[in-house]
Amino acid sequence: MANDRELILKRVKDALDPLPERAALPDYAGDLAVMRKITAGRDLLELFSERIKLVNGSVITSKEQLRDRLIEGKWMHGYCDPALWPALAATLGTGFTVETEFDRTRIDDYSFAITRAAGAVAETGTIILSDASTTYRLAALTPWVHIAVVSKSEILSDLSIAVAALGKDPNVIWCTGSSSTADVEGILIRGVHGPGVQIALVID
Amino acid sequence: MAHQLIDTFATRLRPETKAAVYDGSKKGHEKRTKLLFDNYAKPDDLRKLAGKIKQHVIENLDTYLPATEERLKENGINVHWASTAEAACNHVLEIMRARGAKRVVKAKTMVSEEIELEAFLNKHDIECLETDLGEFIVQLDHDKPSHIVKPIIHKSRREIAELFEKNGLGAYDDEPQVITRRAREFLRKKYLEGDVAITGANFVIAESGRIVLVTNEGNSRFCLAATSCHIAIVGIEKILPRDRDLALLLNLLGRSGTAQELTVYTEFISGAKASTQPDGPQAMHVIFVDNGRTDVLASDCKEILRCIRCGACLNVCPVYRQASGHAYRSVYPGPVGAVLSPLLLGKNFPQKADLPKASSLCGACNEVCPVDIPIPDLLLRLRAKAKQEGVPSPGTPPMGGWAVMASQPAAWKAALVAGKLINFMPTKLLPVPPLRAWEKTRDLPEWRGGAFRSWLKKHNS
Repeated sequence: MANDRELILKRVKDALDPLPERAALPDYAGDLAVMRKITAGRDLLELFSERIKLVNGSVITSKEQLRDRLIEGKWMHGYCDPALWPALAATLGTGFTVETEFDRTRIDDYSFAITRAAGAVAETGTIILSDASTTYRLAALTPWVHIAVVSKSEILSDLSIAVAALGKDPNVIWCTGSSSTADVEGILIRGVHGPGVQIALVID
Repeated sequence: MAHQLIDTFATRLRPETKAAVYDGSKKGHEKRTKLLFDNYAKPDDLRKLAGKIKQHVIENLDTYLPATEERLKENGINVHWASTAEAACNHVLEIMRARGAKRVVKAKTMVSEEIELEAFLNKHDIECLETDLGEFIVQLDHDKPSHIVKPIIHKSRREIAELFEKNGLGAYDDEPQVITRRAREFLRKKYLEGDVAITGANFVIAESGRIVLVTNEGNSRFCLAATSCHIAIVGIEKILPRDRDLALLLNLLGRSGTAQELTVYTEFISGAKASTQPDGPQAMHVIFVDNGRTDVLASDCKEILRCIRCGACLNVCPVYRQASGHAYRSVYPGPVGAVLSPLLLGKNFPQKADLPKASSLCGACNEVCPVDIPIPDLLLRLRAKAKQEGVPSPGTPPMGGWAVMASQPAAWKAALVAGKLINFMPTKLLPVPPLRAWEKTRDLPEWRGGAFRSWLKKHNS
């Protein structure tokens, strides 16, 4: 095991040395795979709202809409990022139980969680989370409803731009819709291990 | 007529399994094609480009591997190397022992199946739980996955409901929604009890030392949120040169695998969790696995190492659709498996040398491949290899007489004329078993030997 590194690299070298020439890295435009038909000339918020719907997510733009959605779904106990809570406290004050610390021993107590997103991608309706933006990885994943708070200016146009913006955060995750499976007879079911409902709250 | 092993398996398949596999794979293929052509003017150009990128990586692994190792280390990731399955398993065990860890939650890793990690860890008193819904069901049933991205394509909801009942996961209920909820409840406790998360990697980026994992269920994310150590077991061929190549490859992977523009969760991991983040691994390890890959690299089938495990070639393959994944007796089934599985066996190649013959060479696998692997060509090269190495070949009729006739013009001409006799014979009644077996489902066409020659003669003069 100790010498496996040298062994593998030697085998690789022996396998490749006889090649008369090596295939070159092709040059191409980084935005080649962008769906131009969909993205060209569009307002990013409008496009993002449209695209997230196709993956069973939704965009809301006010605290009141958030409150009404939560009441409608009877999701009354949740977690909220402490940095976001002061702005939401007045609207989600009465009737709701909201904690600003996430207790991993009681994950089933939380039916919703509100956390900060690092951005979004309009082309695919994707929400971007990172270790820096997300207060608890588990909070953004385990409750039935996840509300990601995105600034309008953080909505990126397409995946090629989102890849370029990955940066130095050790963990970035793109969430495109809600957790899903089609393992059982190809039938689509939402909410497998993660949220069954994915909402983006877009703020100015 | 003696059957090939894969045919024998297919004839014994239960009708409902055959129907499930056929429908599931056909639907997957149709959705994929529609999506690609709806979204892009020239999807073929994208596949071909992606193929060139991966071919470049494979042919330059001698520089990419050390470069990637360096980036990973700069990101604080521990890098290990395993030339064999056994070495890879031992690395995992050592890491577990050093942490006093007893419970593994596993997501998104075919390599772990390939190296038979679960059985190894169980022997050392370590629990190893699958978290993908399909893989979890396979594990409960002591079964094996039969498709690269749809592991239980061969199982019906009824079988799953019975399995859940037997294993104390609730009274019989075959609603897919109920099945999924029950697994959700059971597994979320298990994630939180897990000590170590084991995953594979869809891509490893040489430029940034990032690992990319895609799932739809979010199981790999849960593994990486709940446990304190992450081990990624990665085949040495999984490298991509730059982050920007992901924009192309991720678009192709989602569409080819599950007919989605993008998989639900795409996770980019470049080390242990951030210091400000309460959840997630404090340590991260990458184990680079050879286990036969360098043999493939040295062979004339190295293109198969481009594979990104999307499963599109399975969905489109007429043989896979009829035979199902288990017929391939391998972790990697379907057309890709027919090439890769025998090669990964190294000197034990003859054990699976029959797989490359289980193909009509229709070319559909090459047409759908997101990295443009010329699978039919590779199948032919492997057939030649089997012939050269003298591997016995059941199901292939002896061709000696044919060879003599085809190499002597006079004998050939005589045979063309004599063949006309066959038109007057009741061939279905001939007591020749192979012929009878063949004619059971087919009609012998009228013998027209020599017609082309006389036509050519007339037109040449």
